[in-house]
Amino acid sequence: MSNMNMRKAYGETLLELGRENSKIVALEADLGKSTMSNMFGGAFPERYFQMGIAEADMISTAAGLALTGHIAFASTFAVFASGRPYDQIRSSVAIPRLNVKICGSSAGLSDFGDGKTHQSVDDIAIMRVLPNMKVFSPADYFETKKIVKAMAAIDGPCYIRVNRNDVPVVTAEDAPFEFGKLRRMRDGRDVVIFATGYMVYQSLEAAKLLEAEGISVKVVNVATIKPFDSEGARAEAKGMKAAVTVEEASVIGGLGSAVCEALCAGDADSRIRTLIMGIQDCFGTSAQKYDELLVEYHLTPADIAAKVREAIQ
Amino acid sequence: MSYTEKDIRDLKRIAATLRGNLIEMIPPGKVGHLGGSSSIMDITAALYFKHMKVFDDPKNPLRDRCVFSKGHAVLAQYAAFVELGYVSHEDLHKVKTLDGTLQGHPDMDHTPGIEAVTGSLGQGLSVALGMALGLRLDGSASRVFAILGDGELAEGQIWEAAMAAAAFNADNLVAIIDQNGVQATDTVEKVLPNPRQVEKWTAFGWNAIEIDGHDMAQILEALDAAKACKGKPTAIIANTVKGKGFTFAEGKAAYHNAAMNAEEYAQAQACVEKMKEEA
Repeated sequence: MSNMNMRKAYGETLLELGRENSKIVALEADLGKSTMSNMFGGAFPERYFQMGIAEADMISTAAGLALTGHIAFASTFAVFASGRPYDQIRSSVAIPRLNVKICGSSAGLSDFGDGKTHQSVDDIAIMRVLPNMKVFSPADYFETKKIVKAMAAIDGPCYIRVNRNDVPVVTAEDAPFEFGKLRRMRDGRDVVIFATGYMVYQSLEAAKLLEAEGISVKVVNVATIKPFDSEGARAEAKGMKAAVTVEEASVIGGLGSAVCEALCAGDADSRIRTLIMGIQDCFGTSAQKYDELLVEYHLTPADIAAKVREAIQ
Repeated sequence: MSYTEKDIRDLKRIAATLRGNLIEMIPPGKVGHLGGSSSIMDITAALYFKHMKVFDDPKNPLRDRCVFSKGHAVLAQYAAFVELGYVSHEDLHKVKTLDGTLQGHPDMDHTPGIEAVTGSLGQGLSVALGMALGLRLDGSASRVFAILGDGELAEGQIWEAAMAAAAFNADNLVAIIDQNGVQATDTVEKVLPNPRQVEKWTAFGWNAIEIDGHDMAQILEALDAAKACKGKPTAIIANTVKGKGFTFAEGKAAYHNAAMNAEEYAQAQACVEKMKEEA
């Protein structure tokens, strides 16, 4: 498995979209080099708006561009793309269901060096709670490309969170992205893991560890966190002894909550024990390497394997 | 453009009619934003009935856009929309009700003629800027007007948008500041002083014009000057009176969002009749 970068996927796809559709515009808040939206800016300077370090203005301006028939991609770090301009997203964008596509870059702990102010533990939860918002969390480079294309085609507001670092490719380049659907990455008989983002890879690695112990684990990739495929989740849970959810975000209000809400509402077969893995209601911290943070926050394959064992004890 | 006495008189009559429509929405006992809607009413009349490109179809792509960033004053827009045929008098009576089309704050999905969702203060200038940039990208000659409150200028995002609009040379954008000097709880000066607006907007790279926001000739001339100004956006700082036209409410924070009693309502109706006669 080769490592590839989701930010690069975002920048490349934005550029492709810009070539295909003159209505695509992009806005930045002085992080275009990092989000890689500057690839679009280089090709289409007249459709690229450098808004400065002013995220609130960026989001509402994107709303105005959408109101004149444009499809506005606004990108910055996930913390500054979600929490900081939350009310602008809520009022200017989500209430009127405008075609504003928000990219939360360097999401989760992936901006490892910058520490807690720059690491988004809450973006999934706060975007998920917004009516009319669609929330995406791709697992790898190829899935990012497909989701960014899908976002341009979807009518209405979207949020995508992408990882900062080169991460393993786990999806096939030619596999279609199905909006609003779960994708089973690996079959198993005992426990189902619902994972999102880079945690899909970590979960697949955990499944390998457990296989050696005779525990058969199914891994399901949740790339569309909202609208959540509740029916699909219940179907995947049926016949399993337990479920584990894994996300690089707070254990409150994110993927784990979405899975629990779905399974609770199902019949007895799908109401299985469900353990939520993620960031334990705390902020991030600086580290020299991304991997160090995943160890610190218990999001390694070994941690996931341990949680699976706990779930079926 | 020069304006005849008749032009001015006609607009004053319209403004009086709009103030009549305004109080129709807030009969005795019903809470409504009387103060900030009446302070912007003369400018609203000048925009919709003289200066802006306005069509029978509120979605006509050739139209100019007006965004009330001070969304609580949307009653002024509703008052104008009746005369434009976008909504009915019956709609006015159902403002802020479950089966009405007129929401408490501007909502493009509910009300024909409303261009965006505003009311969470501070966002409308940015939205208007986005529209202005989008229209310019499309080669449109349409222009965009953002109505701001002076209390609203405490929102930092206004100044983010002010910087951006100047950076993008958005000369199809006009910000109109309804400087009535009074906000929800007290005078602007007491809540958070924000003086010298002409200097501030000029320093931010805008063409800034200060006017009497109840003098129709000054309003029209400022709007024309904004249109003529190329290469930068224009801010019109309009000195106004909160509750203008309703003598018992003028300059009082208490009428920012309040209900009139029956006696006040009768006074308000008498004020409208007097305005109509004088125009």
